[in-house]
Amino acid sequence: MSKSNSGSINDKIFKGLGITATVSCLLILVVFLGFILVQGLERLSWEFLMSLPSRFAEDAGIYTAWIGTLWIFIITALVSFPLGVGAGIYLQEYGKDSKLNKLLEINIANLAGVPSVIYGLLGLEVFVRIMQMGNSILAGALTLSLLILPVIIVATREAIRAVPSSVKDASYALGASKWQTIWKQVLPASFGGILTGVILALSRAVGETAPLVVIGALVYVPFVPQGPLDEFTVLPIQIFNWVTRPQHEFIVNAAAAIIVLLLITFVMNGIAVYLRNRWQKRINW
Amino acid sequence: MKTPKATHVKTEPKEVSKDKSYKLEAKNIDVFYGDFQAIDNISLNIAANSVTAFIGPSGCGKSTLLRLFNRMNDYIEGFGMNGQILLDGKNIYDESVKVEELRKKVGMVFQKPNPFPKSIFENVAYGLRIQGIKDKEFIEERVVESLKNATLFNEIDGNMDKQALALSGGQQQRLCIARALAVKPSIILMDEPTSALDPISSGKIEDLIDELKEKYTIVIVTHNMQQAGRVSDNTAFLYMGRLIEYGDTQKIFTNPEKDRTQNYITGRFG
Repeated sequence: MSKSNSGSINDKIFKGLGITATVSCLLILVVFLGFILVQGLERLSWEFLMSLPSRFAEDAGIYTAWIGTLWIFIITALVSFPLGVGAGIYLQEYGKDSKLNKLLEINIANLAGVPSVIYGLLGLEVFVRIMQMGNSILAGALTLSLLILPVIIVATREAIRAVPSSVKDASYALGASKWQTIWKQVLPASFGGILTGVILALSRAVGETAPLVVIGALVYVPFVPQGPLDEFTVLPIQIFNWVTRPQHEFIVNAAAAIIVLLLITFVMNGIAVYLRNRWQKRINW
Repeated sequence: MKTPKATHVKTEPKEVSKDKSYKLEAKNIDVFYGDFQAIDNISLNIAANSVTAFIGPSGCGKSTLLRLFNRMNDYIEGFGMNGQILLDGKNIYDESVKVEELRKKVGMVFQKPNPFPKSIFENVAYGLRIQGIKDKEFIEERVVESLKNATLFNEIDGNMDKQALALSGGQQQRLCIARALAVKPSIILMDEPTSALDPISSGKIEDLIDELKEKYTIVIVTHNMQQAGRVSDNTAFLYMGRLIEYGDTQKIFTNPEKDRTQNYITGRFG
C-alpha cells in the first residue's frame, strides 16, 4: 500500500519537474521574442526592407543583407542537396562494410561536430585563397555547404533506412535493377524525410555568422550583389554589426532585422514540418 | 570484412538437361552464409505446371532453397553456394545470366504482403514499367488481366485507383500475386504466402494456387502441413539443411519412407 503510494508521489514529483522544465524553456523563448518584438516591430517597414545600409540609423535598411542571404541560401541549396543526398544514398545503399566506408562514416559523424568557425577557416584557405574566389557569395555558399553536408548525409541515410526492406525485395523480385529500386521505390518513400533534413540544415546555414565572418563577408555593402562572384553581406552579419554600435537607434535596427531573420527560419522549419507530415500521411506502412 | 563471392559453376554444353519435362533442377546445392552451412548437398527436380511444397521446421533451409530459384539470396552478406540450378536446362547462376531477366521469368510472393505505397493499378503495372513499356493500352489490359487472374478484380469493383495499402491483408497478398503475374513469369515462388492471413483469406489464396498451376509452375514454402497436403502435387521435407524426403504429396503424407518425415508430419517434432 505504502509502496504504491510513494510510487504515485514520485510520479507527481517527476511530472511537476517535467512541466517546470518545459515551461521555463518556453518562457525564456517567449521573453526573448517579446523583447525583440517590442524593440524592433515599429522599425519594421517596407522602407527598412528596401533600403541600403547607411551610417545614419534611421536611413539604414537590410536590402543588401536579405538579398545576400537569399543568394547564399539558393547556392548553398544547389550545392549541398545533390552532394549530400548522393553521398547518403551511396553510403546507405551501395556502401559495403569495407574499411574505407567505415572510415568515411566515422569522418562524417565527426565533421558534424566541428565548430563552424573551423569551417570558416577551411573555406578561407580553400575557396577564398587557393581557388581564388575572393570573399564572394560563391565562397560563402560553398563554405556553408561543407558545414551542413554531414547533417544532410545523416538525415538522408536515416530516411532511407526507414524504408522497409520488404518493399525493396518486392521491387527486386519483379526484375528491377538496384538503380530502378532506389529511384522508383526507395527515394519516393523517403523523400519527405530527406527534404525535412535538407530544409532544417539550410535553415541552420541561413543563420550562420561565424564562418562567413572568417571568409571575409563584408559588414558594409552599399550595393546589391549581381552575381555569385560579388562581395556580399548576410542578415546575421548585418545584425552583428548593428549590435556592436553604441547608438541606441542601431540596436533597434538590429531587433527589426532579427525579426526578419527569425521569420525566415520559422517559415523554413514550418515547411519542413509540413512536408514531413504530408509524406507520413501518404505512406503508412 | 570481405564479402565472399558466390561460386558460380559454369554450365558446360553437355550438362544441359536432356529431360525437358523438368522446369527446375537443383543439382548438388550447398549454401553458406559465412561459416554457417544452410543447405547441404540438395538435389531435386520440379516438373512444369505442378505445385511443389517445401516443408520442415524453422531454420531447415526451405526458404533459402526457394530464394535460390530467383537469386534473392545474392544480396545477403556472406552468401556463397556450390552446385547448379537449371531453369529450362540452363544454369541460372551462370555469369551470362542477367539476374533482372531471370526474375521476369521467376516471380515471387513473400511471407508478409508487401504492396508498394501506390495505387492498385501502379502496383501491378510496376513490373511492366521498369521494363520500359510505355504503351498505355497494353499496360492497362495486362493489369486488368492480372487482377482478374488473381481473383481480385471483382472484389475491388474495378476501382484500380484505390491505394493498395487500404486493402485487407488477404487482398494485399492477392495484389502481390497479380503484380507477379503481370510480368508473365513461368514460375511463381511463394514464401509462406498465407502465414500472415486469416483462414478465409488463406483459403482464397489456396484456391488461387489451384487455378494458377494450369499455367505456372509453383513452388511454395509452408509451415502449414494441411496446406501442403491440400495444394501441392509434390512435397519436399527438409531438415537441418538436408533434403530428407521428396516425392508425391499423397505418399509423403500417408506413407513416408523415413521415420523423421513421419514424426514431423504427425507433429511429434518441429
